[in-house]
Amino acid sequence: MKSWLTTTDHKRIGLLYFWTAFIFFLVGGLEAVIIRAQLIKPDGGLGVSAETFNQLFTMHGTTMVFLALMPLSAAFFNFIIPLQIGARDVAFPRLNAFSYWVFLLGGLFINASFIAGPLFGADRLSVAPDAGWFGYANLTSRQFSPGPNVDFWLLGLQILGIASLAAGFNFIVTILNMRAPGMRMLRLPPFTWMTLITQFLVITAFPVITVALVLLMFDRFFGTHFFVPQGGGDPILWQHLFWMFGHPEVYILILPAMGIVSEVLPTFSRKPLFGYTVVVYSGVVIAFLGWSVWSHHMFSSGLGPIADSVFAGTTMLIAIPTGVKIFNWIGTLWGGQLRFTTSMLFALGFIAMFIIGGLSGVSHASAPSDLQQTDTYYVVAHIHYVLFGGTILGLFAGMYYWWPKMTGRMLSEGLGKTHFWLTMIGMNLAFFPMHFSGLLGMPRRIYTYSSGLGVTTFNQVSTVGAFLIGLATLVFFYNLVRTRWRPITASNNPWEGATLEWAIPSPPPVYNFTIIPTVANRLPLWHTERHAPMDPLPLQPPAPIHVPGGSWWPMITAFGLPIMAIGAISRTLPVVLIGALVVIVGIYRWAFEPFEM
Amino acid sequence: MAYNTSEHAAAVAHGHATSMGLESRKMAFWAFIGSECLLFGSLISTYLVYKGHSLTGPYPHEVLNIPFTSFSTFDLLMSSLAMVLALAAVQRGDMKQGKIWLFVTALLGLIFLFGQYWEFSHFVREGLGLTTNLFGSTFYVLTGTHGAHVTVGVIWLLTLWVQALRGKLGPQNALTVEITGLYWHFVDVVWIVIFTVVYLIQ
Amino acid sequence: MSEQAHAQAHATTGTYLRVAAILVMITIIEVGIFYVPTFQSVLVPVLLFLSAVKFTLVVMFYMHLKFDNRFFTFLFGGPLLLALAVVISLLFIFYGAVRLRTGM
Repeated sequence: MKSWLTTTDHKRIGLLYFWTAFIFFLVGGLEAVIIRAQLIKPDGGLGVSAETFNQLFTMHGTTMVFLALMPLSAAFFNFIIPLQIGARDVAFPRLNAFSYWVFLLGGLFINASFIAGPLFGADRLSVAPDAGWFGYANLTSRQFSPGPNVDFWLLGLQILGIASLAAGFNFIVTILNMRAPGMRMLRLPPFTWMTLITQFLVITAFPVITVALVLLMFDRFFGTHFFVPQGGGDPILWQHLFWMFGHPEVYILILPAMGIVSEVLPTFSRKPLFGYTVVVYSGVVIAFLGWSVWSHHMFSSGLGPIADSVFAGTTMLIAIPTGVKIFNWIGTLWGGQLRFTTSMLFALGFIAMFIIGGLSGVSHASAPSDLQQTDTYYVVAHIHYVLFGGTILGLFAGMYYWWPKMTGRMLSEGLGKTHFWLTMIGMNLAFFPMHFSGLLGMPRRIYTYSSGLGVTTFNQVSTVGAFLIGLATLVFFYNLVRTRWRPITASNNPWEGATLEWAIPSPPPVYNFTIIPTVANRLPLWHTERHAPMDPLPLQPPAPIHVPGGSWWPMITAFGLPIMAIGAISRTLPVVLIGALVVIVGIYRWAFEPFEM
Repeated sequence: MAYNTSEHAAAVAHGHATSMGLESRKMAFWAFIGSECLLFGSLISTYLVYKGHSLTGPYPHEVLNIPFTSFSTFDLLMSSLAMVLALAAVQRGDMKQGKIWLFVTALLGLIFLFGQYWEFSHFVREGLGLTTNLFGSTFYVLTGTHGAHVTVGVIWLLTLWVQALRGKLGPQNALTVEITGLYWHFVDVVWIVIFTVVYLIQ
Repeated sequence: MSEQAHAQAHATTGTYLRVAAILVMITIIEVGIFYVPTFQSVLVPVLLFLSAVKFTLVVMFYMHLKFDNRFFTFLFGGPLLLALAVVISLLFIFYGAVRLRTGM
């Protein structure tokens, strides 16, 4: 127990990230299932109140984006990246542990709002955030949201931002500076490349949301008017600051999944990734363009024809590098010896579903057409095709692919294929009809709809699909826990992968590599026309290997942040100061603790 | 742990064995400074977008005190000079000079903070509070965020100074001093921008 | 190691003092032209230029980017340019929108 609390081992932190994020994923999924159950009937549905419904969709979005998808990607960054680059750990192991604890505590802080009502004198149990996952001003102002709901949201996101930023610096340095000899930049596995690009987006985009949240905090706590029109403020500025973060965030969510797919497809096609350098560079271009399209979320706010045209143009441009990647994936499959494992099926599902999401995305790029789609279920369909059909299918591909490496045990392929087909059928039943209900005029985020609108059948199909997705996820969960009591031992390289993580035992020893390998090409474990596989690593390290010991201070420092947030939300300055003191003492003890790398 | 220190790990810690031949801590810190650019960029954007949008006074030209702030700017520039001298002294192992210049840097930082405290309380007396108008809100949040950065820098510098007094800071810690310096100079360049954008361009 | 030796070889105490002198001089010029009515029409571009010079001097000499590895310049310069782009585009969007609304 103590060794898990103080761990600085990237593999253990990866597993902690995985399980924490997976539980949040189940929570967010449960919220979605309740949302869909409510919408199965028109005119009042199953009786979920508008207030509860607002909380459900806000927490569903917030949880999925910040507490499930980002940290599930982070689980793979942590576990896999040091293995792929041939390192013994990340560059800053204690900072890595700090990121995890901050993420866990930030997630618990936001979710505590579900039961915190009585503490704030509310007449209901739940005071969960209820202003939508992008918290548009001036819905979030004290005037319209007097309760603690939005405070939970903004303080929680502020805490989670610290975790992401710390991890961002850590992984940039790890990938650039901890590579094994011979692992040149253009020999890095594509997943590592996409992670590097993602982290650059994290460290540039998160400061912007930090500022936006600070301004909102001043509005709510100290009575300023940054987003309050009565005092001269402009609510549109919130939209700009949010989406300047929010659109790079979309690529923060999708690029790691693209990286995973770029690992899975070559392995199960028995072919190198087609156009490796082009895939890498198009990732860079996507990130770069990802910074120049934020206002396409805001066409309906009246930006004027020039801004509309510019942002429509940049948005259409971004389809090019994305399309390039898709063609490269198909090129990888072409002529390959395909093996349809569950991981491969999810990767193929990713390509198909992401194309559908990408196409509806291009239809948003056209400003006049977007005006018809804004705030309808059409947007909900799009976001779920890219984030569920894209990111989540990609993450599932990664889970089936790397689970044997992470735990030393194989997942059941039979259950896996059941999971895949249920997911595919479920997601298309759930999200495809939303295109129609949206274009027929059903607004998003509405707790009920009139039977006269003509969208009842579409909603019922969507609800059936959502329940199928829920069922599929339970099958997957069963598959995961089943490996504990029905272990099927995994070999070093069960899939015949080409990258360094497959050169070592499953699960890897604490020091990862008995000797640090020297890398001579992109596919070190494969026999290709040009080269033979690298020599197997010795089974025992030739000399004792130093492994850094654990540390309590990352966790203790992390605890200071939610204490400060609790003080802020309850308007108790002494508690804020205690939290700050914990952070300061934690940092000092951390800085002066003997910790050998 | 069950494993002993190897030469390799020690070498990695000192940046010799890294893939790019660069110190990891320094690289992380430059990335952090890059990230800070976006933080201050967003704050400055907010200030500029709301410039001239205040519904009531006091307006910038009624309260901003250019001669006083010019002195603060001079003070911060001099602290940057003291910082590079401190780093140069530590690098060549001259801890006597190093101690002096670290202290001078921190002291100049403290003077800046006292100046800011005086400026803020003076503005409040003139009727410009945090919530008075958009100018007040954007001004206090922007310069206050900068002031918070200076405060962190002063605490950091004093920590190094105390370490030096206790004989625990030497040329082997040159990288730590260099990173402190990077932070301090960055805070200085942010002030260079704020001085121009907020004070001189009214 | 080599980069530190490099920095020492190029930036001496003399350099640091000269840079400080230039920085102080520019600050005096900035404050000076702020008070001269003749310069009011070109005040904004001149002040922005002068502060950019100061910014560059501190970053190049005091933060050693002139002598240090160019990758650090990239790590700092990339986000810096992005921040600059953010400021400019937001100003364009807000002031452009105002002009359209008021028909000026």
